[in-house]
Amino acid sequence: MPLPTPFHSRTSAVCDSYEWRNWSGYLSAGIYEMSHDREYYAIRNSAALIDVSPLYKYEVTGPDAARLVDRVITRDVTRQRVGQVYYTPWCDTQGKVIDDGTVSRLDTNHFRVTSADPSARWFQDVGYGLNATVTNVTDDLAALALQGPLSRAILEQVVAGIDFARLAYFHLAHGTVDGFPITITRTGYTGDLGYELWVRPEYAERLWDCLVDKGSGYGILPAGIIALDVARIEAGLIMLAVDYVSSRHAVIESQKSSPYEIGLGWAVARKKGDFIGRRALATERAKGSTWGFVGVQYDWNALERLFADEDLPPHVAGRASRSAVPVYEAGNPGRHIGQITSHTFAPILKQYIGIGTVLNPHAQIGNRVDVEVTVEFKRKLCPATIVPTPFFDPPRKKA
Amino acid sequence: MSKNNDYDAIVIGGGHNGLVAAAYLARAGKRTLVLEKRHLVGGASVTEEIFPGFKFTVFSYVVSLFRPEIIRDLNLPAHGLTILPLESTLTPTYDGRDYLYRDGDHYQTLRNIARFSQRDADAYDEYARYMYFMAKAVRYILGIIPPDPTTFNPRDMMGMVDMARHFLDLPQDQLYVLAKLMTMSAADFVEQWFESEPLKATLSASGIIGTFLGPRSPGTAYVLLHHYMGEIDGAYRAWGFHKGGTGGLAETLARAARAQGAEIRCNAGVARVNVRNGRTVGVVLENGDEINAPLVFSSLDPKQTFLKLVEPTALPDDLVNAVRRFQTVGSSGKVNLALDRAPELACRPGVGRHLAGAISMSPTLDYIERAYDDAKYGNFSKEPYIDVIIPSMIDPDMAPPGKHVMSCFVQYAPYKLADGEWTDAKREAFGDAVVDVLERAFPDIRSLILHRQVLTPVDIERIAGITEGNIFHGELNLSQLFFLRPAAGHAKYRTPIKGYYQCGSGTHPGGGIMGAPGRLGALEALKDGA
Repeated sequence: MPLPTPFHSRTSAVCDSYEWRNWSGYLSAGIYEMSHDREYYAIRNSAALIDVSPLYKYEVTGPDAARLVDRVITRDVTRQRVGQVYYTPWCDTQGKVIDDGTVSRLDTNHFRVTSADPSARWFQDVGYGLNATVTNVTDDLAALALQGPLSRAILEQVVAGIDFARLAYFHLAHGTVDGFPITITRTGYTGDLGYELWVRPEYAERLWDCLVDKGSGYGILPAGIIALDVARIEAGLIMLAVDYVSSRHAVIESQKSSPYEIGLGWAVARKKGDFIGRRALATERAKGSTWGFVGVQYDWNALERLFADEDLPPHVAGRASRSAVPVYEAGNPGRHIGQITSHTFAPILKQYIGIGTVLNPHAQIGNRVDVEVTVEFKRKLCPATIVPTPFFDPPRKKA
Repeated sequence: MSKNNDYDAIVIGGGHNGLVAAAYLARAGKRTLVLEKRHLVGGASVTEEIFPGFKFTVFSYVVSLFRPEIIRDLNLPAHGLTILPLESTLTPTYDGRDYLYRDGDHYQTLRNIARFSQRDADAYDEYARYMYFMAKAVRYILGIIPPDPTTFNPRDMMGMVDMARHFLDLPQDQLYVLAKLMTMSAADFVEQWFESEPLKATLSASGIIGTFLGPRSPGTAYVLLHHYMGEIDGAYRAWGFHKGGTGGLAETLARAARAQGAEIRCNAGVARVNVRNGRTVGVVLENGDEINAPLVFSSLDPKQTFLKLVEPTALPDDLVNAVRRFQTVGSSGKVNLALDRAPELACRPGVGRHLAGAISMSPTLDYIERAYDDAKYGNFSKEPYIDVIIPSMIDPDMAPPGKHVMSCFVQYAPYKLADGEWTDAKREAFGDAVVDVLERAFPDIRSLILHRQVLTPVDIERIAGITEGNIFHGELNLSQLFFLRPAAGHAKYRTPIKGYYQCGSGTHPGGGIMGAPGRLGALEALKDGA
């Protein structure tokens, strides 16, 4: 049975839809209202509160903590400042991605890592011989994302001891709320201005109440996974087990991906010292990757025509889809070249978009492809263009 | 027109393999007769109302390995095949106060494991994934005739090449795990991933079932795989309970065989196979009746097939010697209980779905190994390993409403005791040892027992007719598998006597309610143009 999170007394009180998801064994609101539209626009227009407590969280401490983390992740820990947060994948020896998450450097040798899958054993095993301790703190930390253009204004009302004007994108700060300690990272899964708030579980309800109290004048609204899914696709952010398969879960080799194949090549620090997967990744970079990560924008007029052929208006708004659809070479339906793994109507862009994986060299920006669309039970092909991600990238995100 | 006692094919033994073979033979147009010694079909897959109103799945009790191709070929769903889910395993600790529970709730299972070891919880998916790979790799050999690597027969050589290609195509890490699985002990194998006792012990218990080995004996990791390579509806490692017990499956097979035109005669034990000029011509029943057929299949164990049903002098010495040395000593017993109401666990009171799965009395590796130590020197285990299921929790038809039946598979109970023959007193003492262990987990069990059936390997031999009561018709040692099962040069279901075929669990791929020997035996005979 899924367990309640530390915010459950608050989330369950406002979850009118009763639509709960099982996120890593915890109850997570899929949607609070009967439609996710208001929740989505809270992310893009005011501020949304998203309970992300089910994330797996680990702390790495000890004299060799930095060496351990540097050995695991593909980014260069020797260049990470205290107070800086990295988003990074980590790989197996073959350079295939195991998981992705954030690494917060709390102190020189004190890190906090979030992941989508249980990871303690992996971190411990690869740190064999190093003087560092890996502790699972998943149940010791409640986590709440506050995302949206007004999130900073609300936090300024609620949090003491942090100068938000100086808290840069992907950095962290410690402060207090109503007298209890809080750590805030300027991170999120929406591609918007936003923060993630980390507190001991015993303070979770008080944190929620303070935010809702002070945030009500700023249109604060709890948002569930459904709204978050639309926002994260607009931001071009991938999800484990949806957009790629962990190499620890893949049951056939072709299901595995390197960071280069899921759009995280930028996070591979080629000049850093040895780390797990380094040699394989160097080889792949020299040879070129089989797959490329893509964002696609469907040709709206063509999409509309596919529906018009069935005497229907384009019925595309609604929830994001995590059901992968095949991608074909443009005009050549016999040649399957990849798949769109997440797709959605982007309300803020008024476009239908998707992210996925396409064989190189078809994955180049500007390339035209055909994507499968089902209209009235019939499989059709919609022309689409490979475009840069994020699809939506407001300046406020980093400002 | 043939006389009443003339058939194209006779199958000796109405166990699940005999019935499968008969169905395939009848399907191929052979006038087929199954001869069963007992009053009911099933062999070791029987359900009997030993105590009025209570149905015991007397010997075998769960299904998983049964081959999906047989289900499809014989259209078994139309004849009553109903495999009910059995998805959880609960392992009480030694004192019965705590427990490890694993079921289909993935995240809760991980949390339950993490209570004993966080690292074990993290490793659980990886272990499951490798066992998935192993089952996927090995299921290939379940459907093939084992090629003999020592001959230059083109068919064998092609078979070896095919097999080599199949296994060498595996990714490196999987090949390594496979090599370890073939050579290690079950305990050493699971200790590569796990550190907590209830989990290690319960996983490695699959490696000792039906064998005369302990979890630390090399070779038991393979037996563990043997129990993992089953599949239900395409899901590997799934175990189920057939409606009505395993006797329900036997009746399904009997209906399917009859639907193909096979005839089944019960109370018809076979005394010997008639051989004339090096080929079979039929059988003689224990009552002296003769039945004629040019094809005779033995689904009995190899010792009966080669040493009892035919004159050993009619066979080559090497085969006779190999079969005589074939390890068949039984190690498992069974205790079936009729219960006045549902038993409750001390560690998890109440009646719920946790009682509808397996309850494994395997608190630690040492516990099981000590149980084996007793058996090694000719004693039944004072504190045995027990695999408990409560069939009436899964299928209410097994007992009157509100009442229950409990099936306890027990190890170890050696066929041969150090202090002489099994006696009634020793059998009851063995039954008492089982109830003592159960009582630690189910404190009120003793007061609920309305009837107790205790079966030792000697009873399995006497009732089901398996030599030395070995539930697999012979140990699943690597030395007794594949082209060595039951004997080198005789592993392809044929015998040196023309028209005489083997189709029991003593042939490839071995024991368990798999049906593969029955199917492959029949198909090989048909291939011979018989």
